[in-house]
Amino acid sequence: MADLAEAKAVGVTAGPRGRAVKQKTGRDDWLMRGFMLVIGLYLLIALAFPLFAMLSKSFEAYEFRLQHVEIELWQDGAWSPAETLQDYAARMEGPLNDGLVPSERTRIQALELIPKELREATPRYRFRDLSPEKEMILYDGVLSQDESWLEAEAENLRRVLIRPVAHFSAGNYLRYFSTPTLRQSITNSLFISTLTMLIVVPLAFFFAYALTRSRMPFKGVFKTVAMMPILVPSILPGIALIYLFGKQGIINWVLFGADIYGPIGIVIAASFFTFPHAFIIVLVALSISDARLYEASTVLRASRWRTFWTVTIPGARYGLISAAFVVFTLTITDFGSVKVIGGQYNVLALDIYKQVVGQQNFQMGAVVSMVLLIPAVIAFAVDRQAQKRQVALLSARAVPFSPKRHRRFDFAMLGYCSLIAVFIAGILAICQYAAFVKLWPYNHTMVLENYDFNRMDGGGWSSYGNSIVMSLATAVIGTLIVFTGAYMVEKGRGFQHGRSAFQLLAMMPMAIPGMVLGLAYVFFFNNPDNPVNFIYGTMIILVVSTVTHFYTVAHLTAVTALKQMDNEFEAVSASLKQPFYRMFSKVTVPVCLPAILDISIYLFVNAMTTVSAVVFLYSSDTQLASIAALNMEDAGDTAPAAAMCMMIFYVNVFVRLLHAGATRGIYTTTQAWRTR
Amino acid sequence: MTDSISTPQQDETGHSYLVVRDLTKNFGDFTALKDISLEVIEGEFLCFLGPSGCGKTTLLRAIAGLDIQSFGEIHQGGREISTLPPAERDFGIVFQSYALFPNLSVKKNVAYGLENRGMNRAAIDKRVTELLETVGMPEQGSKYPAQLSGGQQQRVALARALAPSPGLLLLDEPLSALDAKVRVRLRHQIKDLQNQLGITTIMVTHDQEEALTMADRIVVMNHGVIEQIGTPEEIYRDPASAFVADFIGQMNFAPGTIAEHGGVRLGDIELACEINGFAPGAEVTLAVRPEDIRFDPSSTEGGNVFKVRVAEIEFLGSFFRATLESPGLGSIRLIADLPINTARRLDIREGYEIAATIPPEFIRLYEGEGRSG
Repeated sequence: MADLAEAKAVGVTAGPRGRAVKQKTGRDDWLMRGFMLVIGLYLLIALAFPLFAMLSKSFEAYEFRLQHVEIELWQDGAWSPAETLQDYAARMEGPLNDGLVPSERTRIQALELIPKELREATPRYRFRDLSPEKEMILYDGVLSQDESWLEAEAENLRRVLIRPVAHFSAGNYLRYFSTPTLRQSITNSLFISTLTMLIVVPLAFFFAYALTRSRMPFKGVFKTVAMMPILVPSILPGIALIYLFGKQGIINWVLFGADIYGPIGIVIAASFFTFPHAFIIVLVALSISDARLYEASTVLRASRWRTFWTVTIPGARYGLISAAFVVFTLTITDFGSVKVIGGQYNVLALDIYKQVVGQQNFQMGAVVSMVLLIPAVIAFAVDRQAQKRQVALLSARAVPFSPKRHRRFDFAMLGYCSLIAVFIAGILAICQYAAFVKLWPYNHTMVLENYDFNRMDGGGWSSYGNSIVMSLATAVIGTLIVFTGAYMVEKGRGFQHGRSAFQLLAMMPMAIPGMVLGLAYVFFFNNPDNPVNFIYGTMIILVVSTVTHFYTVAHLTAVTALKQMDNEFEAVSASLKQPFYRMFSKVTVPVCLPAILDISIYLFVNAMTTVSAVVFLYSSDTQLASIAALNMEDAGDTAPAAAMCMMIFYVNVFVRLLHAGATRGIYTTTQAWRTR
Repeated sequence: MTDSISTPQQDETGHSYLVVRDLTKNFGDFTALKDISLEVIEGEFLCFLGPSGCGKTTLLRAIAGLDIQSFGEIHQGGREISTLPPAERDFGIVFQSYALFPNLSVKKNVAYGLENRGMNRAAIDKRVTELLETVGMPEQGSKYPAQLSGGQQQRVALARALAPSPGLLLLDEPLSALDAKVRVRLRHQIKDLQNQLGITTIMVTHDQEEALTMADRIVVMNHGVIEQIGTPEEIYRDPASAFVADFIGQMNFAPGTIAEHGGVRLGDIELACEINGFAPGAEVTLAVRPEDIRFDPSSTEGGNVFKVRVAEIEFLGSFFRATLESPGLGSIRLIADLPINTARRLDIREGYEIAATIPPEFIRLYEGEGRSG
């Protein structure tokens, strides 16, 4: 029976009819699985593990277990009967460690526990560590390893330190929710995010409406201006608002004495940087609507108003929902603008920063991160649902709508769009102007001294170079990883569970706020036991965090492009006995080149402007421009901060132009096949 | 069939090139193919025909190794290929969507499968030119797929599939995306090409006309099982089941009962026919093709002759289609196709009464209650 050997190779399982058939894995399949494994591993290390590390950190609490430390005092030529430090602590008058909650780095001196009179009468002490975990006593920088006695002369008593023991408990959460100032941030975050959403979505909707439903002039200009906020860090609008409405702002009388530092400033700044995101989503939603519905509405003699509510709004409803949640998420997770213009107003994202950088309380930072994750994940889930439905509305047979000329309406729309455009361009212009001015608002002499970054805190010009290097690396490496990963998910054969798991991992970064990701990296990569610990403090970790932070949108872009390719290409290629990588390099990549360029520019621009994920991860050698701007602003050097933000803007504009040129070039040379 | 698999089987027509044995495919709880067994003879043109969801494409994809079966074996040219990935099998494939690489010229598309095989540039060029001539497109080599019509694209796809001279050609609804006229023309071209190359070919289609005109043999499938395998004529003349009878061509169905002394009772009318072992009194479905109902004013009662009234008549170009009623038939209506000459000769119109004949050899009986035709 020759079948026997085959049966073994095939993997026999009992079935309704003899043996179940399992396909032999071909060379291509192995290769593809290998690739997917590598990229999947990347996502596990760069995303899942750090988040898990953070989750466990948030449940990590410290306490002193003094009952495990035994002490004896040398008195009258003999050791006193053993007592534990707990006994001493019980006799103390004040609370232990002044009542502060112990953290990882809290130590108490044995000295504090022993009353002065007793100390004066004791020349020598000895301690031993009876705890099951050990390493509770730190004597002269050495940790106790066993239960042997450690002797200390009286003058060395201050060198005997007791370490707290880590344990898992919900204590951090209890403390978080019982601290009113921390709890207040939840309400504040929800308030400003909801308010921004309510302001931006209608503004973006009518802007997109004007572009798709009117025949006003300058549509191209308006579209370009509306997209500009994407090219700058989120601290820029905050800086501009200070120059306009701050204590020395040129038009601060507009606020009638209200303070720009606080919710007003945050919401205006958030409206600025979330506008393009909402605008582009609504624009797409409005562009796909079917002209025939409008014709039907006209034939039925519906008024413009009625048509608007019965055709336009329902057609764009999923786009509107999606835009609303995107604005909400961006606002609640943003940290840059709040840092600059938030004043005393606390929000969740800022709390993470304050807990970690200000108070070095990493556990509490992890708790706030977990709290911030909740609204972000919910908003993400709703947005995904809305996006899916929006796609389903797309009908291949839809006839594109072309608006008719309507003087009064077109004029009104032109006016409206001009207002928005002036606001956006004005914010940028005021920043640029302030960057050139010698001393705002007293001396408006034009100077370049604010560009002398090397004289300021924050890394100088080298941070600008670092940012460009980091962004280029992110664009190149990120595009490579994202596109290859998307290809494996989309075009791989078999291995269904692996592919679904990968897809899920690829969608996760969207729901993870940058601050949370950055802090998770601190916990995971800064652990000396981690074999990849060496990337901590280097450029690599900045690139890895940025690629991961912006993975989802890039992944979705790649998947969309790949979905447009015939599903049978791989089958044809296999039938022609060609390895998949030949297909990938000769057909897939060339056909998807425009999408690949889109992904790389997206990654580049975001890497240039991002603050949140990298703020915990940069080191003195890897200062970034956006962080430098943040730090300069923090140090009171607002004008140089504005100058740096504008430098980021210019490099992004330059790269965008390059991208536009390259895309055009590709279409005319290598994509000749697209024209009939 | 014998139990031996490795030896190719011999019958009067030729070698079995492809043997499919007990193939089952499950998608979760759904069974797309149930115990399919069939043999494809070397050099023949076989069609998988059936309505959508019948499993024909699933079967083709299992043969190609694109979606592997859950159980069962496939042998090609004496080699077991049941578990091989597509790249290790020997076939060329053409899809409904053409699946031409959009960024490669026609020539490069055809050459794609020839590269990386140790052939030199000149030999590849020669083969590509030859193939483009074979499919009748010698001048179009430097164009891109988007610059070609659908029919041209499909011919390029065919040339590409044939380029490495595979042992088996698989066609997955290759004509379904084309205009009616192009489709008819391409049918002949594909058939001629297949004849000329003598390549064993399996085509999946839901279009019975396509299957009838192109195939040497047809495999009619429904709900994941094979209903019948046979030449186009066998399938048309002698459908093995009510489903096949209904799916191929036009068919009248009527509920009947087997009469005492043979024959079948249809309402009040008794018709003589072969009863195929049905017991007297059994409920059956009678099937007769519209063109097999004859009209003869001279004949009277008896001998499968009965009086009918023409309830409606429809002109369909080359023939007339009449809807017939009869008091003896009750609510049953029959459809009859009349050649245009016959209709004129007999001057048949609506309301006209005439004697109709169904020759016993054209009556087929199937199990069960009647179904609407």
